[in-house]
Amino acid sequence: MELKNKLTVNASPHVGSADTTTGIMLDVIIALIPAGIASVFIFGARTLAVIAVAVITAVLAEFLSRKAMKREQTIGDLSAAVTGLLLAYNLPSNMPLWQVALGSIIAIVVVKQMFGGIGQNFVNPALLARIVLMSAFPGRMSAATFAGLNKIGWDIDAVTGATPMGLISLESGLSSDAPSLIEMFLGTTSGCLGEVSAIALLIGGLYLIIRKVISPIIPVAYIGTVALISIIAFKGDFNAMIYEVLGGGLIIGAFFMATDYTTSPITKSGKWIYAIGAGLITCIIRLFGSLPEGVSFSIIIMNIFTPHIESLTAPKPFGYVKPEKKKKEKKAKEKEEAKS
Amino acid sequence: MASKKIEGALKPAAKGRGGVRVSHHKNTCTLEVVRMPAPERVILPMQQHIGAPCIPTVKVGDEVKIGDVVGDTDAFVSAPIHATVSGKVVAVGPVKVADGSMIPAVTIESDGKMTDADFKVPKVNSREDFLKAVRASGLVGLGGAGFPTHVKLAFKEDAGVDTLIINAAECEPFITVDHRECIDNSWDVLSGIYTVKEILGFKNVFIAIEDNKCDAFEILQKIASNNADWDDSVKLVILKSRYPQGAEKVLIESVTGKRVPPGKLPSDVGVVVMNVASISFLGRYLKTGKPLVSRSLTVDGSAIKEPKNLRVPIGTEVSKIIEFCGGFSSEPYKIISGGPMMGIALCDIDVPILKSNNAILAFSKDQVRIKKERDCIRCGRCAEACPLNLMPSKIEIRAALGDAEGCEALHATTCMECGSCAYACPSGKPLVQHMRLAKAVILANAVNREESEK
Repeated sequence: MELKNKLTVNASPHVGSADTTTGIMLDVIIALIPAGIASVFIFGARTLAVIAVAVITAVLAEFLSRKAMKREQTIGDLSAAVTGLLLAYNLPSNMPLWQVALGSIIAIVVVKQMFGGIGQNFVNPALLARIVLMSAFPGRMSAATFAGLNKIGWDIDAVTGATPMGLISLESGLSSDAPSLIEMFLGTTSGCLGEVSAIALLIGGLYLIIRKVISPIIPVAYIGTVALISIIAFKGDFNAMIYEVLGGGLIIGAFFMATDYTTSPITKSGKWIYAIGAGLITCIIRLFGSLPEGVSFSIIIMNIFTPHIESLTAPKPFGYVKPEKKKKEKKAKEKEEAKS
Repeated sequence: MASKKIEGALKPAAKGRGGVRVSHHKNTCTLEVVRMPAPERVILPMQQHIGAPCIPTVKVGDEVKIGDVVGDTDAFVSAPIHATVSGKVVAVGPVKVADGSMIPAVTIESDGKMTDADFKVPKVNSREDFLKAVRASGLVGLGGAGFPTHVKLAFKEDAGVDTLIINAAECEPFITVDHRECIDNSWDVLSGIYTVKEILGFKNVFIAIEDNKCDAFEILQKIASNNADWDDSVKLVILKSRYPQGAEKVLIESVTGKRVPPGKLPSDVGVVVMNVASISFLGRYLKTGKPLVSRSLTVDGSAIKEPKNLRVPIGTEVSKIIEFCGGFSSEPYKIISGGPMMGIALCDIDVPILKSNNAILAFSKDQVRIKKERDCIRCGRCAEACPLNLMPSKIEIRAALGDAEGCEALHATTCMECGSCAYACPSGKPLVQHMRLAKAVILANAVNREESEK
């Protein structure tokens, strides 16, 4: 059999794992489904419209920007769909749809593609878009809605009220108007689409950990830090601590936003530093800032620190021993300095 | 083969880091090694080892017998090459080898008789005699690296080298010849071990086997315990089957808990690692004096009609070996010399088997996983998989920029090209290729610096 020029020749290895970028993104989408279903029950059918607009706009924006830049098409890796989905989950259900679309465009075009596309954005696109929308349309974003479980429908004359995080403060503790912990756990409170149902988000987060898409370090360290600081700040008030953990988008932030590969450190120790830092900033904003919640800002700030954390925690290669010369030279120098 | 607990086996001293879980595909592990009939001709490249190439010592028309030296050199880091069939030298000149390069070679046409030269059992009275004999045998590491064994064993007596590890981990998928060596030639393996131990004065000897080859362990244990001459200083260690368990540095850590620093040799931490096929060969050689003229290899893969474990004369062409295994069952997409993780993809099958080849694998298209190469998503799977704690994705970026200092700062030269990073990469990046590029960038920079200093 003549085989010349028929055989494939490339560098080893010649086999590979089953993991693909598309597969990973698909896993994230699957993990977000429970929270999506919960939001439809909590906020009504309009959430579906918000999700659809956010996802479709994100994918379209990615498609058009790649086309405009004459680069290889990347919508197939599903990362744009994930960004759209996460953005939708961070918006209230009564958000005007054109604003939702604007958010997706900001996330994909400005934050992601202008910096080079997947793997190159320096902050989480969905979170930055949320912050832009929050600054541009503050009334709309803070008037969180809660339609009530019996109002599954298209109409959105829902009860608008303060977000749960506005009902807890360092001075007065947990307000008596605040929803119960059970309500916070199930998500039957006011808030953004996907952030309210802790149980649905935990199911998704657990799925990601089991599928080894994310490492448990970031969610555990992030939520742990917030819990620890809260219990100290509220002088051992267990209810206040749980309330702080379940509210304000911490669960979705810790499992889905802070774990974004591109904007979190790849080293293990770096992940700890990053997550603890995010927890600290979240608590500082919540307890002392004028904003009721600090998850988005804390993650964005730690995103910016990520390259530095990563280079500080760069692993030493197997069997690495510190070069002795430098040590000796240093010691010699120190001695000389001491003498003089 | 399911792993099970076995009495008398040592547990690994360290867990180790990184690595990937590859499917074993040890389809041929029950197939005894069969001897392939003499091929019509053998091609013996003069470089089958790490080190200086040999110079042909025969000319066209010379009659040779099996075991006659056909290539040698005065260089220390080298190993002589012997005729592997009896017959006539028909060509001395460059030929193409597995990696596509042209190397001077001696081609011998077989007379079909396979007559042996007169072998003399090496007389070994001292360390020096032994090392000389090992050099004369032409032995190089049979596990794949091809490092001359006599160089590896030539550590100074007072260097504190006291541990010998026999590598029977065989962590590469598909390959089963080391496994078979333990079962089929267990006597040679053990006699080789005890002889080398006595001559070189090793205090500890460990035979390291992955936990999917426990039958080999049982056989070795049985033979060792039934022989009164052999004490129980040789211990068996059962390692978790995880790629790259058999990589030298990884293996040393798993067995002894010691870590070989970057740029250092195992002997610097008092350890020598030998492949099980190498020690088994030594066991035979010290009894018969027959140099290294044949070796075992696994022929497998979805495109091979009859997968086999074969013993072939070194220098046999790959095409003849595949023919002997019934040819192709489907169109081969990729043919690999060596294992699927570290082997070389062949561009041509008219190339000879070298001393260090342990497998020929022919894959049809459906068996090769082809991932579309995409941009890095910074998932960190490569860094997690790296058994040597490197950050391949970062090295890739520095290498692409031609940043030699950046590559060096990330310790790119420590990379052993095991392929774990590329295996794990969801973006389908050929990371091993990028690691090689990084090393080339560092080397080019060093050469430039040297020249400018002149």
